[in-house]
Amino acid sequence: MTNANVEAGAQPLLELRGVNKSFGVVHVLHDVDFAVYPGQVTALVGDNGAGKSTLVKVIAGIYGRDSGEYLFEGAPVHVSNPRDVAALGVEVVYQDLALCDNLDIVQNMFLGRETRKGLVLDDMSMEDRARETLASLSVRTVKSVRQSVASLSGGQRQTVAIAKAVLWNSRIVLLDEPTAALGVAQTRQVLDLVRRLADRGLGVVLISHNMNDVFEVADRITALYLGQVAADVPVSSVTHNQVVELITAGRSGDLGIRDVAAATI
Amino acid sequence: MSTQSTSPAPYAPGPSLPESDFTGDGHSAATIGDAARDYVNRLRGGDMGSLPALLGLAVLFTVFALSHDKFLTTYNLTNLVIQSASIIVLAMGLVFVLLLGEIDLSAGVAGGASATITALAIIDHGWVWWAAVVAGLAIGVLIGLTIGSLVSFLGIPSFVVTLAFFLALQAVPLKLIGAGGSLRFNNEVLRGLSIKNVPVTAGWIAAVVLVVGFAGLSLWQHRSRMAKGLVHKPTALVAVQIAVFSGVVLGLTFMLSQNRAVNPEIFNISGIPWVAPVVIALLLFWTFVLTRTRFGRHLYAVGGNAEAARRAGINVTRMKIAAFVICSGMAAVSGILAASYTGKVSPGSGGGNELLYAVGAAVIGGTSLFGGRGRAIDAVIGGLVIATIPNGLGLLDQASYINFIVTGGVLLLAASVDAVSRRRRSASGV
Ligand SMILES: Nc1ncnc2c1ncn2[C@@H]1O[C@H](COP(=O)(O)OP(=O)(O)O)[C@@H](O)[C@H]1O
Ligand SMILES: [Mg+2]
Repeated sequence: MTNANVEAGAQPLLELRGVNKSFGVVHVLHDVDFAVYPGQVTALVGDNGAGKSTLVKVIAGIYGRDSGEYLFEGAPVHVSNPRDVAALGVEVVYQDLALCDNLDIVQNMFLGRETRKGLVLDDMSMEDRARETLASLSVRTVKSVRQSVASLSGGQRQTVAIAKAVLWNSRIVLLDEPTAALGVAQTRQVLDLVRRLADRGLGVVLISHNMNDVFEVADRITALYLGQVAADVPVSSVTHNQVVELITAGRSGDLGIRDVAAATI
Repeated sequence: MSTQSTSPAPYAPGPSLPESDFTGDGHSAATIGDAARDYVNRLRGGDMGSLPALLGLAVLFTVFALSHDKFLTTYNLTNLVIQSASIIVLAMGLVFVLLLGEIDLSAGVAGGASATITALAIIDHGWVWWAAVVAGLAIGVLIGLTIGSLVSFLGIPSFVVTLAFFLALQAVPLKLIGAGGSLRFNNEVLRGLSIKNVPVTAGWIAAVVLVVGFAGLSLWQHRSRMAKGLVHKPTALVAVQIAVFSGVVLGLTFMLSQNRAVNPEIFNISGIPWVAPVVIALLLFWTFVLTRTRFGRHLYAVGGNAEAARRAGINVTRMKIAAFVICSGMAAVSGILAASYTGKVSPGSGGGNELLYAVGAAVIGGTSLFGGRGRAIDAVIGGLVIATIPNGLGLLDQASYINFIVTGGVLLLAASVDAVSRRRRSASGV
């Protein structure tokens, strides 16, 4: 794991500055700064209701921002819907995955972006590319790319959803709790895959409740506490306990929000 | 989508193909034995396809053939083909709506209304037959457009919308024809669909073209898949499929080319009835649309998981409306074929058992009531099963209540097979 470019102040691929988001009177995100670096896994941690999913949806263009800047490769960009964000090369793997059980792996990976020869679907080239993508991610657990998604295990489905994001020219992949429903072996596979994405130069955001997962694959940790960023630190500079304190109390030693009482208002 | 997201990602140097398991799946079944085992596993897992319908057809044929010696005559079997045409076409339209997990209870009467318009255009306005057919189709499309919009924009369950249309649309023929009346449907071309036959030579040429086309396409696809190292069937299986297809097509052509006149010494009635090429053309067209186009792929996606389809950028509303338009449009064709068979349109046309027969046909053929599964061929196989019941019972001089009971029972059986295989599928994940 390398933190070199962060230390060197490398440019984030994607950056949010001073983002606020309210739902009616509920102020969910307070002046949030968030950055995604190429080749790095950024873990987004926080208690239930801290605002992680809201932040992901703001990044994905599903929710607009009340205020704050959205920068891509250092330049401010105007994003107003999910299509704009997808056009930047940002893919989101939602917790519920949303795959079509009646379609096979290839059909799911190309859904909505099928390649055609004239009017006719070019199934052969799609199958070829799907297989190459899975192979390049060292996916070894799928019997055939033509098997229906319904026959896959939870980890395999997660793999297909991630591979779907990689198939396209994604620069950034956001994963909302990808291991929440998985067993030990499958979690292992998915974490390996997450690491490989970053090693290929993608910016990866991993939302997780599991500290072991976070410490295993993440390069950076951004902790949210009641909609505020409590800390944004390289993983090597903090311990398990510090992160748990940041999540539950918003501060830990000299890390975290100065005035926790104010944050709870 | 921007241009960059439509091109594939460059492959970063990862492990080369030979190291990955994906070299192992070049073909999922290496021999015909493996393929047979795969098939049995799929059946066990609840992926029955048209097998129950084919078994049902075999049972019905055996029973009727044993109980009446006229059943297997070419005369009666040709009749069966003609009788099944309108059910098959109606069912084929319904497949699209069922694919999305919706239902169209008004398809039968939409066909009746369309046939009324077509008949009136010819009789009262002297329109040329094809213009009258276009008018009937336009009515069908309009009905589908309205139903689809009500279902997708207002979010009314399709069951309710189409029940309302089932009631309201019966007013169209009743108002235009008048209670107790009926319209002659004796246009030479349209009536000829049911009572005239393709010349025997032309029939044979078409059959051979069909067989050669199917074989050529199958072999070409098989070879390209093998050459590219993609998933493909064992060669022997491809050969068997081509043999079965050829056997069915050539066998049916042979049967329909026999002289089936009651007095063969005096008359010669032979050749494929014109409705058959109409049904086959629709089958080929919709099969192509469903399996080879983006539109078809998106229909399956919406039927399988509408939310996933929406996130993939598919316009779910538009797909729903399109499905209802196709269904009602096909209902119009079916209504015209039914009128062609009976030679008339009456106020009750399409308001009887047509709809339930057609839903039954689609489901028996293997289309799921729960959405996401269905093929155009299901309508053909299921339609033949459904049409065989009244045909055979008619020969046996059974009271018509028996017909209702048997058909209802078959529909229930088909729906049970569908529900049970769905449960097995979700358990085994085929
Ligand atoms: N659409 C919404 N309308 C109103 N409140 C919302 C909405 N979405 C989230 N919230 C509120 O925002 C807070 C953060 O939610 P969320 O981002 O889902 O947290 P997390 O994913 O970290 O558990 C919660 O208090 C939640 O109730
Ligand atoms: Mg959440």
